[in-house]
Amino acid sequence: MSGFFTRALSNRLFWPVVMLVALLVVNAVAVPGFFSITINADGHLFGSLIDILRNGAPTLIIAVGMTLVIATRGIDLSVGAICAIAGAVACSIILDSPDPGGLWTVTVAVATALALSLVLGLWNGFLVAVLGIQPIIATLVLMTAGRGIAMLITEGQILTVESAPFKFLGSGFIVGIPVAVIIGAVLFSLAALLTRRTALGLLIESVGINPEASRQAGVRARGLLFTVYGFCALAAGIAGLILTANQTAADANNTGLFIELDAILAVVIGGTSLNGGRYSLVGTLVGALVIQTLVTTVYTVGIPPIATMVFKAAVVTAVCLLQSPTTNAAFARWRDKLAAGRRVPAEAVAK
Amino acid sequence: MASALQTRAPAPPGNPDPVIDMTGISITFPGVKALDGVDFRMFPGEVHSLMGENGAGKSTLIKALTGVYSIDAGTIAMQGRQVTFSGPAQAQAAGIATVYQEVNLLGNLTVAENVMLGREPHRLGGINWRATRRRAKEILQRLHLDIDPNSLLNSHSLAVQQLVAIARALDVDASVLILDEPTSSLDAEEVAELFRVIRDLADAGVAILFVSHFLDQVYEISDRLTVLRNGRLVGEYLTDELLRIDLVQAMIGKELSTLEDLENRKRSSEAGGASSVPAFLSAHGIARKGAVAPIDLTIAPGEVVGLAGLLGSGRTEIARLLGGIDHCDAGTIQVNGKPLKLRTPRQAIAHRIAYSSENRRSEGIVDELSVRDNIILALQADRGWFRPIPKRRQDELAQSYIDTLSIRTPDADALVRNLSGGNQQKVLLARWLAIAPRLLILDEPTRGIDVGAKAEIQKLVVSLAENGMSVLFISAELEEVLRLSHRIIVLRDRRMVADLPNENLDLDALLALIAEGSEADEQAGVTS
Repeated sequence: MSGFFTRALSNRLFWPVVMLVALLVVNAVAVPGFFSITINADGHLFGSLIDILRNGAPTLIIAVGMTLVIATRGIDLSVGAICAIAGAVACSIILDSPDPGGLWTVTVAVATALALSLVLGLWNGFLVAVLGIQPIIATLVLMTAGRGIAMLITEGQILTVESAPFKFLGSGFIVGIPVAVIIGAVLFSLAALLTRRTALGLLIESVGINPEASRQAGVRARGLLFTVYGFCALAAGIAGLILTANQTAADANNTGLFIELDAILAVVIGGTSLNGGRYSLVGTLVGALVIQTLVTTVYTVGIPPIATMVFKAAVVTAVCLLQSPTTNAAFARWRDKLAAGRRVPAEAVAK
Repeated sequence: MASALQTRAPAPPGNPDPVIDMTGISITFPGVKALDGVDFRMFPGEVHSLMGENGAGKSTLIKALTGVYSIDAGTIAMQGRQVTFSGPAQAQAAGIATVYQEVNLLGNLTVAENVMLGREPHRLGGINWRATRRRAKEILQRLHLDIDPNSLLNSHSLAVQQLVAIARALDVDASVLILDEPTSSLDAEEVAELFRVIRDLADAGVAILFVSHFLDQVYEISDRLTVLRNGRLVGEYLTDELLRIDLVQAMIGKELSTLEDLENRKRSSEAGGASSVPAFLSAHGIARKGAVAPIDLTIAPGEVVGLAGLLGSGRTEIARLLGGIDHCDAGTIQVNGKPLKLRTPRQAIAHRIAYSSENRRSEGIVDELSVRDNIILALQADRGWFRPIPKRRQDELAQSYIDTLSIRTPDADALVRNLSGGNQQKVLLARWLAIAPRLLILDEPTRGIDVGAKAEIQKLVVSLAENGMSVLFISAELEEVLRLSHRIIVLRDRRMVADLPNENLDLDALLALIAEGSEADEQAGVTS
């Protein structure tokens, strides 16, 4: 038992998971029946946990892309703006179409929005990989300019759409599970398979840790950077469509506002260093869940709105402290002591 | 530990108290006992060399002394008082100055800022830049280093950067100066200069801890030697009383006859290597502005070509051109008779040309990846990300190189960062061997690694060549170049001055070629 405990403690996901469990317990105490999941009359799953998954899906989707970008030593600040652009493009196409509720219209709208997102991601990749601009600056360009582009597309209006197939993306259900959750799960699995079943993950980590050594080993960093920035922007586009569909309106100013910061936070809580290198998609998943559960907790525990930000800050600070190298070193010493205590009697027996 | 049984040399005349007295030091890392009950002492005014193979515990002992690592057992006394340093800053404040093996300076700051970092003179609450520069200049002049303190550190050669690191350490009012491999990137003249400075400091009563893999230098400068092996103390000796052969035996713990062997094998393979096989690679007039003047060069399969020259003579620059790291401004390269435009390392690797960089840490290993990932990296990059090497094959590859190159690591999953320098070098070699190169370019593969590993790498080069691989071998140690090469290309001031078969060549002849035409003092400064 204690062997399992010391092993678990050395895992970098230990503290994020503890934090997630602690938050869930707090909720369960505050709201009896927090864990209950029921099936309502329409055959849809229903419950607080389902809400957390559904509302956390856009952040998770972006955070998955962000994880890969951060693993290459980069960062992508433009994801929030891309959310807004994707939503604006889709809504304006649907509005201009004679048949806003048609499946074909929505397919064209979604495809166009995602294609544009991908192009914007490749633009980021171009700035970083070809022009060698520092990622934080390169993506800052689109972060600020992107909302302007979205504004031009919506002509400064909030575009409200009445389109059942489009709305389905944000609030629909497939075999009882929210569509947003399914999209999140598919994207997450796809990213995990694509990077870990191929050598993509190894090469990304290698470039993130030591770009020059990787170049000399024949790794094509340029292609990798295009890939990760493109993928991250595509993920942002998907998240933007989910957010927009959920509100059934494109708001150039507010769709995906500050979501880049939540996504970065999810990655960091998940144990991936901002210095690049080793990354953990599972960690990012836990991180995204911690953030969304935190938001839910604020409501269930009834923290007054004015104190919300402070509460959130306190929890995030706690997670970061628990993960800091200093704290980890202290825990490592403690662990060694535990291990040494166990080993001595074993050696004595052997003699 | 049984330290009482080990040899301990008598204290210097006058029987002064040791300035440093470490007893029973033990340090354990995950999976490795890095130090096991080691005693070590230093006397004022003495140069004390710490000797041992890679992984013997030299760097660990130094880091224990300077407070980088906390010790698990043992005591450290400084000037008779027991001390515990919880970090390098404390050790520095107590008068222990350290220059680490790899240059640890800030390349994007000026020389003066690097020398004075953290102790700039202040005035009116701000840094007094004029005084900072003046003070830096004084210190640099003490090292006879005439460079502009206002220039960026990066604009200087590695050798100058090393001297700046020493200048930085010297500025601290130190009673102990630790120099970990200070000479590995210096040429003979600079070494002589450094030794003069070390002597001055020792005469002034500073105790100096000197670590080097160059035995000549150790014998030239040290008064006293402490030998470690596998984390344990072998003994402490007076340099004058220890024969070289005994020292080498103490370090590696076994008789060393492989080198003699090597000599014979190379000679015997020469007959085959020198025959007129078509060249694997031939370069005509390749050049790069500011790096290399146009040169011609050919390498046949199974041939070891040595590049000899002083630091900065263009050795590395030529190697980088052939490895595709930098590209040529002029000239043509043919591989197997077909012209090849080399623009990236990737293209070179695709043609099975591998360049192993001299900057192991910054351009070689990927330190946060495992030994296995480091070994398969180039092969995997060459296959492309969509064709992953199956996990089982990865394990087989890693394990076979760990075994054949005797890489000392707990397992293939260990991070390369946790390995000693020589073992990191072997991991890097394994990465290049894994792509089955036709031409292996080794840039200082034996720098900063111990006698045993050195011999292993030399042996490897010979057997690779016997199996038909072409090797371009660069080393600052001319003995090594002479021992291994079938042909030697001599460079001076970024130009090729000779390309000749390694027949009847000896060290003196080679030195003469390197120095040919230039001032005689260049030759006189070389220790042979």
